Amino acid sequence: MATKDISIGDVLSRSSDYEHELDTEKMTLSMGPSHPSTHGVLRLILELDGEVVTKCEPVLGYLHRGDEKIAENMTYNQFVPYTDRLDYLAPLANNVAYAIAVEKLAHLEVPPRCQAIRVLVSELARISAHLLGLGAYAMDTGALTVFMFTFTEREKLYTLFEKLTGARLTTSFTRIGGVARDLPEDWMNEVKHFVDQLIPVLDEVDGLLTRNRIFVDRTKDVGVISKEDAISYGLTGPNLRGSGVPLDLRVDRPYSGYEKYDFDVPIGSVGDSYDRYLIRMEEMRQSVFIVKQVIEKMPEGPYYAEDAKRIFPPSKDKVMSSMEELIQNFMITTQGPQMPAGEVYFEAENPKGALGFFIHSKGGGVPYRMKIRGPSFCNLSILPKVCIGAMISDVVAILGSLDFVMGECDR
Amino acid sequence: MNRQPKQWRPKPNRMELPTFVWVIIKAAVLAGVLLSISNLAVLGERKVSSWIQGRVGPNRTSVPIIGSIPVIGPMLTRLGLFQPVADGLKLLLKEDPVPDHVNKLYFFLAPVAAMIPATTTVAVLPFGQIITDGVSVPLVLADLDIGILFIFAVSSLGVYGMILAGWASNSKYPFIGGIRSSAQMISYELSMGLSILPVFMWANAPGVDSGLNLFSVVQTQQGAWGVMFMPVAALLFLVSIFAETNRLPFDMPESESELVAGFSTEYGSFKFGLFFAAEYAHIIVGSGVFVVLFLGGWHWLPWVPMHVEGLLGAALSIGVFLGKTTFIVFFFMWIRWTLPRFRYDQIMKLGWTMMLPLAVVNLIVYALIFALLDS
Repeated sequence: MATKDISIGDVLSRSSDYEHELDTEKMTLSMGPSHPSTHGVLRLILELDGEVVTKCEPVLGYLHRGDEKIAENMTYNQFVPYTDRLDYLAPLANNVAYAIAVEKLAHLEVPPRCQAIRVLVSELARISAHLLGLGAYAMDTGALTVFMFTFTEREKLYTLFEKLTGARLTTSFTRIGGVARDLPEDWMNEVKHFVDQLIPVLDEVDGLLTRNRIFVDRTKDVGVISKEDAISYGLTGPNLRGSGVPLDLRVDRPYSGYEKYDFDVPIGSVGDSYDRYLIRMEEMRQSVFIVKQVIEKMPEGPYYAEDAKRIFPPSKDKVMSSMEELIQNFMITTQGPQMPAGEVYFEAENPKGALGFFIHSKGGGVPYRMKIRGPSFCNLSILPKVCIGAMISDVVAILGSLDFVMGECDR
Repeated sequence: MNRQPKQWRPKPNRMELPTFVWVIIKAAVLAGVLLSISNLAVLGERKVSSWIQGRVGPNRTSVPIIGSIPVIGPMLTRLGLFQPVADGLKLLLKEDPVPDHVNKLYFFLAPVAAMIPATTTVAVLPFGQIITDGVSVPLVLADLDIGILFIFAVSSLGVYGMILAGWASNSKYPFIGGIRSSAQMISYELSMGLSILPVFMWANAPGVDSGLNLFSVVQTQQGAWGVMFMPVAALLFLVSIFAETNRLPFDMPESESELVAGFSTEYGSFKFGLFFAAEYAHIIVGSGVFVVLFLGGWHWLPWVPMHVEGLLGAALSIGVFLGKTTFIVFFFMWIRWTLPRFRYDQIMKLGWTMMLPLAVVNLIVYALIFALLDS
């Protein structure tokens, strides 16, 4: 019986004949808009080779409400509640950014107490947003308990917000030229008490995640964003700083008196998901630090710009007793705060990144055009690049680490 | 078979005739007990998770008459002890939607295929002993000589439930879940099987021929427990049962934050309930096997024998066994609510490049040790 000689060359040439048979078919997986870890209504069209993503196409717009168009049809103050719904995890910070943008148009300087209150609520909003962001991030990687820990703290924070503004989520706290009301009595003590007990909880979260081998394995070197990419894709906030770019508008372009407070800006070194986690963790501690300083230095005085007679309505008791103030109140309520003609752009360092408002005014109480720069929208723009080569589980971790809010993406 | 009127018979004769009836009754009772324990385990999971997370957990569900007994009723309600009944009834009474795009036959078969292995393995698991006249007899449905082999053989069939569910659902997320589960379970079965071989080498000391019988393994642990001198094997086995039962760090088939609900995405109502019950039954049986192999079974303390004859002793041994099993089940839950989830390729890497070599080395080392001791 004759045996056939087989040389290695034969085998190789034959294997190349069958190579096309080993090619696998790619699968298209629609992740979202209703998916547990797309944090709202983001939809990703993933092209998968096995578990590995070869193409990622984000689909946005499921939450589009036309906020920018709405703004053209109402007075400046009437738009404040709409800003709550941008980044609905930190409504207070949005309120503050919007108010400062409009005040910049009017060249209006608010009194120091108002500035301090705005810093205080912005930082509390940052803590609340990062608490949720981290919790959801941990949940995406499978650690469900961390989410409950951070959410419990957030709940306490919401109770404080409720005491301050009357609402837990839709705070609508700022007005053009001031804030809606002064701080309630003893409120600052409660905040102080809250931030004091927050630190041990952060330590606990730290203990559960920071050196957890599984968490580190899941996030380290996953979704690496280089410095150059981060800048060219217009990333801002913790995601930009995670890539090692030291840009923080609170420090670089201080507003609302941020220059008076002393705090550090954490910077990442690699730009992976783990760095972004560490940055958010540290930012919360720094926010606590700022909150304590604000409470210590809280100035006395009016909480709104009293001299801006065409912008901020007078207090109710004056309206009832004086003709002048009654007319002022009537004019502001019906016509809106009177702004000069002009264009202005203002960015504030929000929890998710730089929230910008571009306002084109032709005078009067209604903006002619308003453009909102949502940080989450720009942060998500890097997804098609960063998801390639990642596995399905990595996509989830990357999404969690980018910490976006669809309310702000789709506006 | 000729039926005779009921009458008193001498003992051996009575045992002879209705053996298969007797076995069926015992099996039904055992399966019933297992399923009710797995129901309780679901409650346990909800309670344990709530305690870990600083919540209260189920504390509202009540049953009309029992719930209104003065002290006990509210206490049981607050412990959530009626919750499993409500959960089970809910799953049973819900509408059972079957999507149009599924392969109906396999779609229906999958939950059954998941459930059967889970309830079958318990048959060879000894859960106690009864001592009569100094001779201890295992309390077990079938005292097989190939006990552990039977458990492995049957429990590895459990993966078919998931693959079938993933395939028959004809939908992408379940499909990925099914693929992941098959790869994972096959990978970890190897290290699982290898990790326990030293235990049986030790049980089969020269002069003893106990085969793969589980009862004799427990009896050899009257002194030191397996975990004391085989910590590596115990660890490997524990990790493997985590992977085999698809619990969280290893819950690839489900991974709810990635694959929505994994292989069971398209399932609802009682079909989902079967998967759910099967998962907990698997956990309980797995914990039971761990207790038998490494934690001394029903021996209440190492080196401290407890020889209580008769039914009281049997009850005590069952109690000790259940207590240990409960602890392992609690450990399962504790891990689930503490750790994040692995990535799919990390699980594969862990299984093939760390667990398996470690299991092989562990096996060789113990083989050499036993060979030296014997010679």
